[in-house]
Amino acid sequence: MTKGQNFLKGIIKENPVLVLVLGTCPTLATSTSVSSALGMGAAATVVLLCSNMVISALRRVIPDKVRIPCYIVLIAGFVTMVQMLVKAFAPALDQSLGIYLPLIVVNCIILGRAEMFANKNKVVDSAIDALGMGAGFTLALLLMATIREVFGNGTWMGIEIPVLVDNNISIMTMAPGGFFVFGCLIALVNKLSGGKNAKKSFGCAGCPSAELCQKAQQYKEEM
Amino acid sequence: MTKFIIILLTAVFINNYVLTRFLGICPFLGVSKKLGQATGMSLAVIFVMLMATAATWPIQTYLLNPNGLGYLQTIVFILVIAALVQFVEIVLKRYIPSLHKALGVYLPLITTNCAVLGVTILNIDEGYTFAEAMVNSLGSGLGFFLAMVMFSGVRSCLEGADIPKSFKGLPITLIAASITSLSFLGFSGVIENLFA
Repeated sequence: MTKGQNFLKGIIKENPVLVLVLGTCPTLATSTSVSSALGMGAAATVVLLCSNMVISALRRVIPDKVRIPCYIVLIAGFVTMVQMLVKAFAPALDQSLGIYLPLIVVNCIILGRAEMFANKNKVVDSAIDALGMGAGFTLALLLMATIREVFGNGTWMGIEIPVLVDNNISIMTMAPGGFFVFGCLIALVNKLSGGKNAKKSFGCAGCPSAELCQKAQQYKEEM
Repeated sequence: MTKFIIILLTAVFINNYVLTRFLGICPFLGVSKKLGQATGMSLAVIFVMLMATAATWPIQTYLLNPNGLGYLQTIVFILVIAALVQFVEIVLKRYIPSLHKALGVYLPLITTNCAVLGVTILNIDEGYTFAEAMVNSLGSGLGFFLAMVMFSGVRSCLEGADIPKSFKGLPITLIAASITSLSFLGFSGVIENLFA
């Protein structure tokens, strides 16, 4: 796989949100407005980049048996750093992300990439993978937030859109709208990909729920 | 007393963890297909939420805050929860094997469940006292239970339905979740007025 393909796979073929369906909690929760979606995407990308690089660099040092706790500690450390930086330099973003900022720790995209990619590949490749996956996450969030903000609020990044601002469907920015838009987007992806998704390197294997989760079981059977 | 009831009902109905706060979506979508599994998972979540709050609230209040280490919250909480879940599993296996049999398989899954880390952090952010924090955790756990059980019923109805091909599987599950969460919107504002 060339470096370009490695980067691009995260955006289209193995998009973490729309194809692999990872990180659903932050996707649903922070896509109510475009600005918070961008903030969430950037914060998660920074954490993913740092954790992938460090885990890849330490892949021969970390004993295999305790690797998951090691990854969690490393990720939690980077999340704390990002949290402090956001609190200091972008307090408005901190307000809008709220609880979801510290919860990047348990975002399965990050642990999944550490488990599936960073502990087997070189530092540079892992960094490219992280950037691709981060960009894919951010773009998917941006797409969802655009749909929800434009129709739900009649604005985009706070800019009013003439007709829609007076005829907003406020349910789109509430919880049911989130589930609905996400469901429709995944159906659209299924339609466009002709039903055969790229499930080869799904990140779910890094999730401790994999044993029980039907989604993971289904992928295992298909593989 | 009224305060505790308000916290409990708010956590169960208004700020339902799954359907309005979007925490714990993975188990909600992954383990809700069979009623038995959904019940087992939810009971384990209630149990771990209560234990995690009982462990993390004193750590934050008496250990981190007085020493100016509040910023270590995220790292300390995730480690405490992970260690706690392992510890609980070992203790249950040794002393209460019947409970371990019922909840055991679900316990390891909960370590990285965002609902558990979420409830411990929210308890601190909201400035609850220890008793209030425990009630809030119980309410959050019960809310998770309610959502899981309701949704497993909805999903069993979907099994036989004729669904367009692209919507099969996850998309229709998400749309069903959307309609389920619609029913919870009706509760907003009810509880405050009930005790006003």
